[in-house]
Amino acid sequence: MSGAVVTKGGVSRWFRRGPWEAGAMTLIGGGIVMLVQPWSIDLYSYSFVTILAGTVGYVIVSHFPE
Amino acid sequence: MTTILQPDDATIAGMSEPARSRATRRVRGLSDRAIAWLFVAPTIALLLAINIFPLVWMIRLSFTSLNLSMSYLPLRFVGLDNFRDILTDEDVWFRLQTTAQFVIWSVALQVVIGYGLALLINRQFRGHSFWTTIILLPMMLSPAVVGNFWTLLLQPQIGPFNYVISLFTGVPPSSFSMTGQVALAPWTIVIVDTWMWAPYVMLICLAGLRSIPDYIYEAAEVDRASPWRQFWSITLPMTVPFLMLAVLFRAIENFKMFDMVNLLTSGGPGSTTELVSITLKRAAFEKWRTGYSSALAIILFVTVFGAANIYVKALNKVKQR
Repeated sequence: MSGAVVTKGGVSRWFRRGPWEAGAMTLIGGGIVMLVQPWSIDLYSYSFVTILAGTVGYVIVSHFPE
Repeated sequence: MTTILQPDDATIAGMSEPARSRATRRVRGLSDRAIAWLFVAPTIALLLAINIFPLVWMIRLSFTSLNLSMSYLPLRFVGLDNFRDILTDEDVWFRLQTTAQFVIWSVALQVVIGYGLALLINRQFRGHSFWTTIILLPMMLSPAVVGNFWTLLLQPQIGPFNYVISLFTGVPPSSFSMTGQVALAPWTIVIVDTWMWAPYVMLICLAGLRSIPDYIYEAAEVDRASPWRQFWSITLPMTVPFLMLAVLFRAIENFKMFDMVNLLTSGGPGSTTELVSITLKRAAFEKWRTGYSSALAIILFVTVFGAANIYVKALNKVKQR
């Protein structure tokens, strides 16, 4: 019984919405900067994948508990 | 839902069990849930037809080599080739940089001017309602009207803009063209966009300024804080969430900007003011590269969708305040 509570607490500690949302938003913001920066075409090439990962990640983590 | 038809009990009693059940269900009419679905169904059908279906179709086309000028050719599946072409194309990369420069300069000017106007209007001087209406006028115009209107204003021969500039600088009015010169055209679209949308930023900032309780300023007065100190310690920190909201909203809108710039410069001279939305239009409706332009549209859609998520998050923070 107490083990289950610890596990549940551990899971909810790991899957809190706040930090994951912040991470996803950082990924989106970073991807947008990569898309429009004037320095490296390699960064530009990987920008869409970064934005897509951030956006899909955001949609998923926005369903995590507060 | 109330019963709309009541058969007599003797008729129902005479039926077999399944028939009785069916008859009872029929006479009771529609449930609240069914009626709710009935009302929502047309909207859902419209959304599916106008939004979701074209989006799904565009995703499908982005993986093909469809060219509408050669639509007689069989549709060929090319996988991620269109995406690879776009994400290694230096021209598209430069157009995205042009778009970013336009977004940064126009949003920065809109925020500075909009915030300044909001501070002035918030002083509640005599006739401030009248001036608020006048300031808000450009925002209420259609971008198509603004584009045509400014095209006339900026005409080197007959437009008054050049004459006003020549009054201050002494440069002959017909010696320069705001929309036709490489050095001036990017600033022209920034100026026109700022003219149109600074009032919108002003409105958001005004909402932020009016949400600050008076007692905070009264406490600052008691502490003998100077107006400058009050601005930096109270006004600005308490309106920052509203400013963030304005910045995000205008940045998303300007990233998608098409109509006004297309009417003013059509992306010219050369490709100096060619924003990525104009590149998309050219690929889709001048070069007829439908598969390629669908892929570019998806890249822009995902970018705007990602930025909109951040915007909604910022909006919720402001609401919680």
